[in-house]
Amino acid sequence: MESFVVLLPLFGALFAMPVGRAIGPRAAELLTTGFLLAAAVIAWFLLFDVTSLMGDDGGGVRTIELFTWISSGGFKAVWAVRLDALSAVMLVVVNSVSFLVHWYSMGYMKEYGEQPRFFAYLSLFTFAMLTLVTADNFLQLFFGWEGVGLASYLLIGFWFKKKSANDAAIKAFIVNRVGDFGFALGIVAVFYVFGSVEFDTVFNAIAANTDITPFGQNAGAPIQALTINFLGNDWHALTVIGVLLFIGAMGKSAQFFLHTWLPDAMEGPTPVSALIHAATMVTAGVYLVSRCSVIYEYAPNAAAMVTLVGAVTAFFAATVALLQDDIKKVIAYSTCSQLGYMFFAAGVGAYDAAMFHLFTHAFFKALLFLGSGAVIIAMHHEQDIKKMGGVKDVLPFTHILMVIGTVAITGVGIPGLYLFGAPFGAAGFVSKDMILEGAFAAGEVGRAFGYFAFVLGLMAAVMTAFYSWRLIFLTFWGPSRAPEAVRKHPHAVPDAMMAPLIPLAIGALVVGMAFYGQFVGDNKQEFWGDALYFKTAAHVEGAASVDHAGADEAAHGVVEHAPADTHGGEAEVAEAGDHGEEGGHHVPGWVLWAPFLAMLTGLSLAANHYLRGDPLKPGILREGGMIYAFLKNKWYFDEIYDYLLVKPAFRLGRLLWLEGDGKTIDAVGPDGIAASVAAGARRIVKLQSGYLYHYAFAMLIGIAVFITYVLIRAGGGQ
Amino acid sequence: MIDSLADQHWLSLLTFAPLIGALFIVISRMMAKKNDDGVIAGPDLEQVESNARIIALAFTVGAFLISLGVFALYDRSLAGFQLVEEAAWIGGGISYKLGVDGISILFVLLTTFIMPICILASWDSIKSRVADYMIAFLVLETLMIGVFCSLDLFLFYVFFEGSLIPMFLIIGVWGSKGTKEFAGFTLPSRVYAALKFFLYTLIGSLLLLVAMAWMYKQAGTTDIVALQQFDFPAGAQKWLWLAFFASFAVKMPMWPVHTWLPDAHVQAPTAGSIVLAAILLKMGGYGFLRFSLPMFPLASADFAPFIYALSIIAIIYTSLVALAQEDMKKLIAYSSVAHMGFVTMGIFTATKQGIEGGLFQMLSHGFISGALFLCVGIVYNRMHTREIAAYGGLVHRMPLYAFLFLFFTLANVGLPGTSGFIGEILALVGAFKVNSWIAFFAAFGLILSAAYALRLYRQVMYGELVKQALMSIRDVDRRELLSLGALMAFTLYLGVNPGPALDVFSPSVDLLMENYDAALAAGALR
Repeated sequence: MESFVVLLPLFGALFAMPVGRAIGPRAAELLTTGFLLAAAVIAWFLLFDVTSLMGDDGGGVRTIELFTWISSGGFKAVWAVRLDALSAVMLVVVNSVSFLVHWYSMGYMKEYGEQPRFFAYLSLFTFAMLTLVTADNFLQLFFGWEGVGLASYLLIGFWFKKKSANDAAIKAFIVNRVGDFGFALGIVAVFYVFGSVEFDTVFNAIAANTDITPFGQNAGAPIQALTINFLGNDWHALTVIGVLLFIGAMGKSAQFFLHTWLPDAMEGPTPVSALIHAATMVTAGVYLVSRCSVIYEYAPNAAAMVTLVGAVTAFFAATVALLQDDIKKVIAYSTCSQLGYMFFAAGVGAYDAAMFHLFTHAFFKALLFLGSGAVIIAMHHEQDIKKMGGVKDVLPFTHILMVIGTVAITGVGIPGLYLFGAPFGAAGFVSKDMILEGAFAAGEVGRAFGYFAFVLGLMAAVMTAFYSWRLIFLTFWGPSRAPEAVRKHPHAVPDAMMAPLIPLAIGALVVGMAFYGQFVGDNKQEFWGDALYFKTAAHVEGAASVDHAGADEAAHGVVEHAPADTHGGEAEVAEAGDHGEEGGHHVPGWVLWAPFLAMLTGLSLAANHYLRGDPLKPGILREGGMIYAFLKNKWYFDEIYDYLLVKPAFRLGRLLWLEGDGKTIDAVGPDGIAASVAAGARRIVKLQSGYLYHYAFAMLIGIAVFITYVLIRAGGGQ
Repeated sequence: MIDSLADQHWLSLLTFAPLIGALFIVISRMMAKKNDDGVIAGPDLEQVESNARIIALAFTVGAFLISLGVFALYDRSLAGFQLVEEAAWIGGGISYKLGVDGISILFVLLTTFIMPICILASWDSIKSRVADYMIAFLVLETLMIGVFCSLDLFLFYVFFEGSLIPMFLIIGVWGSKGTKEFAGFTLPSRVYAALKFFLYTLIGSLLLLVAMAWMYKQAGTTDIVALQQFDFPAGAQKWLWLAFFASFAVKMPMWPVHTWLPDAHVQAPTAGSIVLAAILLKMGGYGFLRFSLPMFPLASADFAPFIYALSIIAIIYTSLVALAQEDMKKLIAYSSVAHMGFVTMGIFTATKQGIEGGLFQMLSHGFISGALFLCVGIVYNRMHTREIAAYGGLVHRMPLYAFLFLFFTLANVGLPGTSGFIGEILALVGAFKVNSWIAFFAAFGLILSAAYALRLYRQVMYGELVKQALMSIRDVDRRELLSLGALMAFTLYLGVNPGPALDVFSPSVDLLMENYDAALAAGALR
């Protein structure tokens, strides 16, 4: 039954087109959506089964092996469904959001047609994403990784008549391939070091610090201290692996330097943006880093890189989102920024907070995207929020839902208030606070870029509140700036595009509070089990303890983390054992209030500008000014890449072809030789294909000479 | 059991079955009525041509069935040669000897599988001299099977070099139109292409012949098994290795002796391109594994870095060149060179994963490149142009074709789940074991292959359908669907479950590496 949670969407993908052709598009929609509903139900069931959510010990952790995929020497990978807390959480997120998006698409795609193809792609994506999160080895993970990339490519380019859609689709695939370049090398490096690509083998070896002798080396060392030669230098093995894998994560999760594809990916239909480019696929990188938590815990430099890139992305993307006018691009940059939060959380060792934010973000970001889809439909495919205004009169219900999403993402809540042991606030409030506290606490214990991430995260929080509310104010509030025809006759929005938003809205409000205790609070040990590895102690003497769950947790004692047991008498044991405090960080009280104040600042700045007078009046940044242009042009990344990489690659290809192959190799080689041959043998042309017989003749002579030689020798030998 | 099978001449039957088909076509033509001028014309000619097609299809399918029988008899748990048959031939240590092992058996199957597809692809696209054409293909098939089954170096040489002759004819006679200025003459382009191919190959085959003679003088035999066990002096190994390299590198083709391939592909008829990419190129890689590594292990180890360098250059250089192509066939031809770079890199890492990766990549490339050339042939048949810019928006008229072409494009890119991935990742694993720099550079192929392959697909398939000429283009027909469907089934099956192929390779590769490592260890002591 467990395999069905993965296989149902595959069936949907395979049957959607034939069913659509045989019976009709409606049948294809219902079939795929029904399969997804079933998969989502199973996923929730498995979450309860595998984790301690129901109060048991979460003994349901298991791996179902289907059959061997690759086996060459020790290089072995099995098709498997691995079920532990981490994969169960992802199963729930992916299947639930995917089901709701399928449902929503039944309404959204009505006016576009081509439903069977669309639903087949959506289900294909879901299948690939599920193989990714249920892999028990790096190779299957890579299969899912590339599979979601393919689905993303197909869905971004769904309107294949549009040049911009095709451009965006190819860009997404190739930029992701740049990341995969690192990922593939990372997998190969894992095998080189461990002689295996299976999670259990690799992670257990690291946790137990076993002696490892990489291929072809004479002497090994305990893995945590092992160095390998990579590109001519000796490096710490786990750091090499950690950095290479993270490069893959950067591509998939659109982190700084490899983010350029994500905004363009908004060319895809809006349900796609919600499912793939907000809630699930782009979080695969965060999942990867969390899955490999034990690697990053013993590769501090790699973890530092994760923190640095995550923090910079959170900040950078937020700055760009400030000035975007396309409703989907605002949300896209927002996603990029929120992913940055997740990464720096993982980088500072707060994997639980990273996964928590991944979980909550799926709800409110999917809500925002799907809500904006309704707005776009109602406004006759207008995406420019400067040309909207007053949409709340047209779509009052959508307006409420979007405000709920905004409340969640900007982190509205009451600091210091705890109900049933959980902080009181919307989903984003709870999870983002955990991240910022985690970063601050990491800074306290001297973890690299901890404070840096905290500061950038706070600044990003101000901007998050600003651009999110700006979107609401410009789109929904104030007088309408839309053309008369649109204003008078907005396009009807089908019910199927409303209903799925309700569970998401409820989730956006409550999942933070509801799952706090399990994901990051008191019960997180039991909840995550061995799926996440914590080593860093956030606890530092002298740091003031905040009076909340952290204190309770400290009281209920240190829980031994299973992998840490195997450390023997080494120093890490004590450290690793201490991690029980991770959930409630011991940080000064103001740290708790800082994100809240950041949110208020952003909100009031936005309200001040967009709710008073003309919302389109010039702001602090002068249009045409340098900073304005810099932000408006997204820090000029596209232009720089085009100039430095894309154009030179094509130019170099042409050069190598015409000058290298043509004027060098051919001129010296065949043409040159032929010219001299031709000078002596002018008849070659007259004979047309006469050279063939020459060749046959030459070969025959050669054979004859050889046989003669053989015979002479054989005769002479006797 | 093996002994009793040896008396059954399975491999001889397989090798010469297509040749018998060629004889039938000859006979059918001899029996046809001639008109007053002494030529066959009109309905009689049509009858001869129709017979030729049917005979060719029947015999290629027959050969495929025989090869399945051979595969059923083959014991995949054994490492050595099986189904061995030997007969006296020239004498003096040169005999007619056939046999297959884990390294060769699947290439025999690949050959017999691809040939019926070639015949189908030529069904109505070839309009002149159909009987001659079918004869050429059947003769070619015999020679190619012979290459993979020979257990005698001299016999191998005859098959190996002989296979060029029908290929020359296929390119030179049935190739495309157009002319080219060359060495002061105006030649038909197809003749230029064939001539280029000839010039490259000539040098390689002469050196191979000389090396073979020298080896025969030393060992007193051309028996491959005996030669593999013969201990050639380290100094001589270098020269012998280089001579074999000259021949195999051209065949692969490796950079910088690859420039014949794009021209040959562009000029060849569709089926010629398929057979060239799917099978003929594989003879080079097969040669490296059958001769270079086992017979000249010391030289192979010494020259390995040289091979790595050429392989990496091939991967990056030809991928970039592919990016700049304006002709569909040239683009795929350059992509072939890049993919063969992974093969040579993998083989010469002399690691289990590297060699198996190289072997698997050759097999997989046989399906994928064959299918891609078939895809190009399908639109070429309809539009008579290979120019990328002449297309655009085909997806609107050809949804089924769009799906199949996309599948093979992605397989060519090495998407996991297709066979293209397995070979590449295994070769990378092997390369990383030897030196991470090699894997690092080779991995650029991942990015570049996506760039050129998706660019091609997008320009041909996507966008609005605006060109008037394309408005009435029809989707794939049943015959084309059958061929592409069969290729897709194998590409997908081996991508999800490559075990059946890897398990066949494994014992023979283990044996090869065992001997190789022993030879290196012995060489180090000397």
